[in-house]
Amino acid sequence: MIGGDLFDFWVGPFYVGFFGVTTAFFTILGTALILYGAALGPTWNIWRISIAPPDLSYGLALAPLAKGGLWQIITICALGAFVSWALREVEICRKLGIGYHVPFAFGVAIFAYFTLVVIRPVLLGAWGHGFPYGIFSHLDWVSNVGYQYLHFHYNPAHMLAITFFFTTCLALAMHGGLILSASNPGRSRKDPKVRGSVKVADYEDTFFRDAVGYSIGALGIHRLGLLLAINAGFWSAVCIVISGPLWTKGWPQWWNWWLDLPFWS
Amino acid sequence: MKLWIPFAIAAAVLMAVAMVIMPHWDLPPQTVTQIGYRGTGMYDIKDQEDEAVLVKANVVPGVPYEPDPEGQKAGDVYENVQVLGHLSEDEFNQLMMAITQWTTPDNDCNYCHDPENLASDAVYTKVVSRRMLQMTQAINADWKTHVAETGVTCYTCHRGQNIPPETWSTDLGPKMAGYLGYRADQNIVAETAGHTALPNGGFDNYLLGDKSLLVHSKSALPNGSNKTDLTDAERTFGLMIHMSEGLGVGCITCHNTRAFDNWDESPPQRVTAWHGIRLTRALNNDYMAPMTPVMPANRVGPEGDILKVDCATCHNGVQKPLYGAPMVQDYLKGLGTKTFTGVPDFTTWKEGETERLLPMEEDKTSDAGTAATSAQLAVN
Repeated sequence: MIGGDLFDFWVGPFYVGFFGVTTAFFTILGTALILYGAALGPTWNIWRISIAPPDLSYGLALAPLAKGGLWQIITICALGAFVSWALREVEICRKLGIGYHVPFAFGVAIFAYFTLVVIRPVLLGAWGHGFPYGIFSHLDWVSNVGYQYLHFHYNPAHMLAITFFFTTCLALAMHGGLILSASNPGRSRKDPKVRGSVKVADYEDTFFRDAVGYSIGALGIHRLGLLLAINAGFWSAVCIVISGPLWTKGWPQWWNWWLDLPFWS
Repeated sequence: MKLWIPFAIAAAVLMAVAMVIMPHWDLPPQTVTQIGYRGTGMYDIKDQEDEAVLVKANVVPGVPYEPDPEGQKAGDVYENVQVLGHLSEDEFNQLMMAITQWTTPDNDCNYCHDPENLASDAVYTKVVSRRMLQMTQAINADWKTHVAETGVTCYTCHRGQNIPPETWSTDLGPKMAGYLGYRADQNIVAETAGHTALPNGGFDNYLLGDKSLLVHSKSALPNGSNKTDLTDAERTFGLMIHMSEGLGVGCITCHNTRAFDNWDESPPQRVTAWHGIRLTRALNNDYMAPMTPVMPANRVGPEGDILKVDCATCHNGVQKPLYGAPMVQDYLKGLGTKTFTGVPDFTTWKEGETERLLPMEEDKTSDAGTAATSAQLAVN
């Protein structure tokens, strides 16, 4: 991708390439810095280790390492590692001559993370608005940031994101169940001693045509799955980036426009 | 042709456009205050434009004039002065002028007084005003845990209106059809809970009744010790949303939401708010509810109960009412201390007839009865 064949080899089953090297570089550096931050912190309890962003008073400037600077460098490492991994996927796609669907989908996940730790903090004017890197601490952050808007379930983009997450699960469960039912059908109904025969895709289509009148088809279900999953990540990013930069009150108040529509107000 | 497709697309597009255009969005930059340790997400975010509007709406009106503290006492000059008799005549008249400005600027003395006989108690607004003066004194004297030295005046709530802009009365909502229609007060637009679908009955339970707000379990797994149920939790949540919107803050101003019940992790503002709930409850029970009999039909709610106090009544969307301006300092002599705490029997009052509404007999022996109730509530 950047010309030549730098690091164009495999380590065991893994393709390395230029971006495999950059992935390893950022991952190792970032992880080491997390360990360094944990060593500076008060606990080695894996649940409670936390690398917190700087105080708001540092704005968009760099902070001392022990006061949020580590968080800033780890964020750069994380983004470096995620983007390197996506580009490594692109290289593999190019070698294979296939589409870029997988790196694109991963790119949406990176975009959601980028929104949380870069776009929203920049819009609010301080790196301190990023979330802390810790198992419990990031959950506490989610709780407090959500409750600043009183009731986050009233956030319209959060509603969409949750709906897409649940629908992704529904689609995956139905699709997984359907494929297993056709490709691994168990014992024959006529003779329990004999294995049932594996069925072709027409049986899968027919199941859903009989059940709900429509089958999306073998290609369509994967398009749908990708669309649902990408939207789940995308609207998650939207729901947090509008909280603060575009909305400062309680999310229930956002719906006043609906309550005030002339039809019923 | 499948007509539903273009119709569905049109509806979706219309809805999407409405969602972008209709709401009152807040554009950056915002004013952000860090409340907790970095990374805890405890940041109070305020829109600068909205804040400017609030600042404009919360300007304290000036003192009418500097009164002369010397001279005859108002109680000796005028008849039937029960609460403010200790003021000089000039101070008394200055305060009367200020009260007119604060509560009924479009009218004059006659909004509360019978112009033929200013001492008469025959106008309901006069006997209500007297009780409200006692209430203001009691808040400033007994509730420093909540109002500190900032204190309150009539203007804190009234804002130049006869009825304070933010009040509440019991709202039973659409009638429930037996158990089939049981909705636990919820699933309607709750005016008292920030327009959520949360239960609407929080005020009756917590700001008039003394139902406990403690719904948090103390154990990770249920062991039967927590007797509250989900509806209690939702009612609490509804009241808390009202508190937040009444003060223009988020939950994190008083709580670290990872453990709502934990005092150790809560910002100190929670203590002030705790006293505020008790204060509001005391005001509704000791001052507002007993005055119901004198209120005309246009001064009570749909269920016939008097209009009552909630957090927004004083706060009006601001964390410190009037941005913490210590307005009462200019009226300390009249409003800063309790002077006369006798309570009349409001059921005996008759419009146009009652010349003197005097305190009940038993109150003469224990005239600190009201204060005792308040103090007791404060301790609890």
